[in-house]
Amino acid sequence: MIKMNETMKKHLQNSISNGIRLDGRKLEEFRKLEVETGVVATAEGSARVKLGNTELIAGVKMAVMSPYSDRPDEGTLMVNAELTAMSHEKYKLGPPEADAIEIARVVDRGIRESHAIDVGKLCITKGEKVWMVGIDIVTINTDGNLIDAAGIATLAAIKDAFFPEYDGENVDYKKKTKNKVPLNSEPLPVTVFKIGKDLVLDPTFSEEEAADARITVTILADGTLCSLQKGGNATFTRDELDKATKLAVKMRKKLKWN
Amino acid sequence: MYKKRLDGRKPSEFRKASAEVGVVKNAVGSARFQIGKTSAYAAVYGPREIIPRHKMSAKSGVLRCNYNMMPFSGMGDRVRPGNNRRSTEISYVTENSLLPVLDLKKFPNTGVDVFIELDQTDAGSRCAGITAASLALADAGFAMKDLVVAVAVGSVDGTLVVDLSYEEEDFDAPVADIPFAIIPSTGEVTLLQMDGKLSQETLMKAYDMAKKAADEIYDIMKSALKKRYD
Repeated sequence: MIKMNETMKKHLQNSISNGIRLDGRKLEEFRKLEVETGVVATAEGSARVKLGNTELIAGVKMAVMSPYSDRPDEGTLMVNAELTAMSHEKYKLGPPEADAIEIARVVDRGIRESHAIDVGKLCITKGEKVWMVGIDIVTINTDGNLIDAAGIATLAAIKDAFFPEYDGENVDYKKKTKNKVPLNSEPLPVTVFKIGKDLVLDPTFSEEEAADARITVTILADGTLCSLQKGGNATFTRDELDKATKLAVKMRKKLKWN
Repeated sequence: MYKKRLDGRKPSEFRKASAEVGVVKNAVGSARFQIGKTSAYAAVYGPREIIPRHKMSAKSGVLRCNYNMMPFSGMGDRVRPGNNRRSTEISYVTENSLLPVLDLKKFPNTGVDVFIELDQTDAGSRCAGITAASLALADAGFAMKDLVVAVAVGSVDGTLVVDLSYEEEDFDAPVADIPFAIIPSTGEVTLLQMDGKLSQETLMKAYDMAKKAADEIYDIMKSALKKRYD
């Protein structure tokens, strides 16, 4: 791994402006994507995603809870991300910091705002009992582009999930039913990074450190945008915004696995 | 009497086990150890600066282990992230189980961090964590007298069995569970805990069963380490 400083950053930006990346990829090219589902026996649904050297697991746990009083007939969704100290030397033990919270919230918004999960179908008894779909994303090894990897893992884990048995009193986690989580659409985040004046997809950790700004576009399979998040302290011009979002939509359509 | 094991294993038989090293590329050393449906990752970082600094020692590097269950790794409700009393104790006994084989004198005023993450559990998670941690430290290339192998032996309704599953721990009869960590070359015990009731003679029989299982797991660990350099 390259330790980033101003000189390295400039060097990397220079190479990228000539269309050259350290691993030989094109600027708009993803690393090899591997998605494996059903990897955690204790979860209701799970997926392991490898994107180059970035590796993470998403797991779905379901629970029965009381609905929120303003939404008595809707189930709930919770997304949490853990950037483990195991996965990179820069991460520390302790409660999630802003970077982890941002990942969780961006993934959460993509699913929530697209209404991908039909929360009405998660209601068991109006005003009393609803299902909560809890998604945890945990990093194994981090090498950049965590939001996209987390979004892919989350969607794959939801698609892999079956409700556990519920007798009206207790959830029997040992017994899975044949009922799947009701899914209407397939939102996936694609993050476009701005390095110097260039737009780059799927950066490694070092490339991400050389980036000045990024924009995450969560997109449905038909190309509809369903959430946006700009990050970093540089700006996007109108032209760059146009190019970045078009690039994201193009990439979303290419994102397929299994 | 508990005669036939719930999953059909022989009393001395541990669940299918596998080991792999180098699984966390960013770490100095790493390993994954799986036994049945229990799976532990361990990753080593360091020697590096210790924060808080008062924990450092001028005589030796300091080993710090952290045991953690991923939120979806429990056999039931979601596990709340972060440390609790159980994980803090397990981290502590894990350090003590590894220190007898590890020499960090060459790295004074530094810390060596071992992060243990369980992605799924079906009992025996502290044992899997210790086994994975010892592999990860060896993978990192630290001076070690030997590996450490951890395995539990339990008495289920009067019958001694190796490597209990959650179903067996939860069996509707008196159960005693004894996690052992053993240095295979000397037979020394570096971790010993027990929940339940047992006679002294039974404890010694349990040790003998644990040692035999540890020797077999040891072979799996050694071949995982060798495989890295094939």
